[in-house]
Amino acid sequence: MSSDLQTDATRTVEETEPGRPDGTGGSDGAGGGDGNGRDPGPSKGAPALGLVGGLRFLWTQLTSMRTALVLLFALAVAAIPGSVIPQRKISPIAVDDFISQHRTLGPLYDKVGLFAVYSSPWFSAVYLLLFVSLIGCIVPRVLTYARAVRAKPVRTPRNLGRLPVAESWESADEASVVLDRAEAELRRRRYRVARRTDAGGESVSAERGYLREAGNLVFHLSLLFVLLGVAINGLTQFRGSSVVVVGQGFSNSLSQYDDFSAGGLFSERQLVPFSLQLTDFQVRFETGPVQTGAARLFKATLKVTDAPGEPARTETLEVNHPLNIDGTDVHLIGHGYAPVVTVKDAQGNVAFSGPVVFLPQDGNFTSSGVIKVPDARPERLAFQGLFLPTGAMTPAGPQSVFPDLLQPQLLLNAWEGKPQADTGVPESVYTLDTSGLTQVRDPKNPNQPFRFLLRPGYEQKLPNGLGTIQLTGVQRWVKLQVGDSPGVGVALVAIGTGVLGLCFSLFVRPRRVWIRVRPAASVGGPDPNHPEDGDATGAAADPAATREGRRTVVDVGALDRADARTGLAEDVAELATTLGRPATTQKDV
Amino acid sequence: MNEQVLSNLSMVTSVVVYLLAMFAHAAEWASARRLDPAAETVEGSVTETASQRVAERELVAAGAGGGSVVEAPAAETLDSHPDGTGGADAPAEAGAVRQRVESFGRIGFALTVIGFALSVLGVVLRGVAAGRAPWGNMYEFTTAAMVFIVAVYLVLAGRFRMRWLGLPVTLLAAIGNGLAVTVFYVAVAPLVPALHSVWFLIHIVAAAISGAAFNVGGVASILYLIKRRAENKGAVRGYLTRLPEARKIDVIAYRFNAFAFPLWTFTVAAGSIWAEYAWGRYWGWDPKETWALVTWVIYACYLHARATAGWRGRNAAIIGIIGMASFWFNFIGVNLLFAGLHSYAGV
Ligand code: HEM
Repeated sequence: MSSDLQTDATRTVEETEPGRPDGTGGSDGAGGGDGNGRDPGPSKGAPALGLVGGLRFLWTQLTSMRTALVLLFALAVAAIPGSVIPQRKISPIAVDDFISQHRTLGPLYDKVGLFAVYSSPWFSAVYLLLFVSLIGCIVPRVLTYARAVRAKPVRTPRNLGRLPVAESWESADEASVVLDRAEAELRRRRYRVARRTDAGGESVSAERGYLREAGNLVFHLSLLFVLLGVAINGLTQFRGSSVVVVGQGFSNSLSQYDDFSAGGLFSERQLVPFSLQLTDFQVRFETGPVQTGAARLFKATLKVTDAPGEPARTETLEVNHPLNIDGTDVHLIGHGYAPVVTVKDAQGNVAFSGPVVFLPQDGNFTSSGVIKVPDARPERLAFQGLFLPTGAMTPAGPQSVFPDLLQPQLLLNAWEGKPQADTGVPESVYTLDTSGLTQVRDPKNPNQPFRFLLRPGYEQKLPNGLGTIQLTGVQRWVKLQVGDSPGVGVALVAIGTGVLGLCFSLFVRPRRVWIRVRPAASVGGPDPNHPEDGDATGAAADPAATREGRRTVVDVGALDRADARTGLAEDVAELATTLGRPATTQKDV
Repeated sequence: MNEQVLSNLSMVTSVVVYLLAMFAHAAEWASARRLDPAAETVEGSVTETASQRVAERELVAAGAGGGSVVEAPAAETLDSHPDGTGGADAPAEAGAVRQRVESFGRIGFALTVIGFALSVLGVVLRGVAAGRAPWGNMYEFTTAAMVFIVAVYLVLAGRFRMRWLGLPVTLLAAIGNGLAVTVFYVAVAPLVPALHSVWFLIHIVAAAISGAAFNVGGVASILYLIKRRAENKGAVRGYLTRLPEARKIDVIAYRFNAFAFPLWTFTVAAGSIWAEYAWGRYWGWDPKETWALVTWVIYACYLHARATAGWRGRNAAIIGIIGMASFWFNFIGVNLLFAGLHSYAGV
């Protein structure tokens, strides 16, 4: 749509040609005309039109440019709260904190969906309305455009002198010669050209820049495809994660995931049957004075088997370099420490031995975790505590002060209880359910729980001969994210196409040029065709007109149909020169 | 001295020089107060051609036919006057005033060139010191973005005679680099692994270029509102007489925003692809991502507003300025106020 100002100019043209057959100008009307609010038509008629009329009225309103503008604004505003208020999907803990800190606001926010803005009904309503409006706006314009590209360039206005840029001169050439030359030249400049004969004489009518509207339509249509891609993705996507300790493996089946989410149309067959083994994981942290402790390198080495029975191959996995196994992406999204412990029970039997995953709590990997030893006898045992890769005593208690393994410490307290039959109910490996357990007390000070610190290689005897626990080493683990986003391809291609369309829409200059020739008959007298533009077109009153040989008056008029375009005057001047405008009548542009 | 120290030195110096440039331009504006508006407007009609007069009736046309900023009418307002344009009745004093305005302007421009050279040096040395592209944290991104903005301005001022952007641009550059060296500064350090990606380079360069264009567009919109107000009141005085007509400033603002919008679209898309590589998801409604989208939607509003009667002109300009504000908020506010994955500020 051109600007109002522009449309005014277009309208000048339209006034002079009542029977304009094509819809080129109409494309302005489809989105802009009704939306521009200049046309009071629908609002006047609405009340009398009943249900159908009312719906029609609503539809007209919804698909108007003004509504699009309001909805876009609403979208921008509606997106903001989600960046200010914690979102359940992104940071559930922050949401819980928020609710417990704001006793009145919290539940209120919860009710209106402020903790899940981007899936809330009101946010969805805004963008769905916007897209409905978009469809309503774009479909008619596509039709209009389809007609417009096939139509001939618009008829020549009667009075070219009134156009934004106009030139006029007398030529010694035959009218048809001038027109032929004009036609050839305009075609060379990639205008679509039509020859016309009307009351005003013979003329050439030319138009170019059809790609602008095409680009605009492509852009808006591609927005629909972006939404489509996002929707497909939402339905078919899956994503899960699994913590894998160095030396251990993962095979791609639902039971192996720690957490898993998928769209409504996901089927388990989408899980390709690969498996992998984590053979090594290297980490490096900044030890220099600047950004001390910042991550510098993560590199996991994996043995990947595409399907059971196939040979394994070695791959490396780094941040920014995900693995793609048969269409499924494997990302490295986290890492941490797993102290390796050996627990012997009261009878001296090894009741547990192996790495236990501790979860990092801060940037220096102060990690918390639980060691469960259900097989210890006569009492089952459990340990709860912190692992510190670089342990230090701080005013806030024991903490890690550097993320790498410089001073590993394992701080634990212990629990004992009657052995329990396995209920089969899955329980978290990261939290301890203390029902049926009693905390082991410090024998020297029974008011205090028994606490102890292990360094690698150290062994601790538990009070009352409950057994021993030894920290035999520390292993690293990585968190692998496995997933597939099938709709994103559609969305990305649509965005690419959209940007291209947008460039056409914004940078192509639609322009119309007309050239009319008439015999220089009216020598000296006022030109009946040009009653008011004597000084604009100049040549009619030019004494040169009486000179011999000047037989044809050539009028050129041109119009830019887009806002903020330049160079029209120069282009017309250049065209005029090509057509043989004598240098003497050249105007300063 | 190593590269880092030299880089810091030239960056700090650039702030001082930009400040001086800003003062020079402020002096230019201040001294233009005594310009005789009557004498200044005469010239407007001097360059008016017949076709333009027609154009006046059909306003757009003038936007199109009246020519770009490169053309004579716009240029004329900025240049020192050719003798005789309205000079006949203008007192000699006016000439002296104009001379002074012109000198201040030139000084401001020269200082901006020096400040620019210094900040380019600062950014380049920073890159040398770090052994990588110098836009890995907020300090580096800000200083790099300022280089882009001032570069655009220098081209506009040098080639297209748009030196009238001098005051706001030098103000922006002084504030930008000033904040960078005082608040955002961090010493050179290697990148965290999440930033090891070609998309990092592409995304950030695109963001800096489109950001620069949005900023120039926003600055032009501000000037447009000022000039328009003066025009409506019929009180175009002082330095405002040297600005192009409001309508033309509006077109300039539009062009920059229109140039930046597709690039910003690309920036957001590239960022989302990079996020997939680095974090395993394309879009996670991280505050940075959300505000990038909000900024994008605001500029879509801007473009729509220009096509909607009643919103074009003043309202569109206001939306453009809101867009610029949103860009800045995303860039500074989000880094400092919200915790998110994009916390590379290092501040
Ligand atoms: C998802 C929402 C939308 C976005 C992001 C969007 C974006 C844009 C952009 C960036 C432009 C500028 C291109 C240009 O100036 O040529 C534009 C133009 C346009 N849009 Fe939209 N649009 C959206 C929805 C709509 C809707 C719902 C309508 C219908 C009412 C609409 C109608 C138009 C029209 C008629 C133009 C042409 C303006 C002109 O030629 O100057 N758009 N849109």
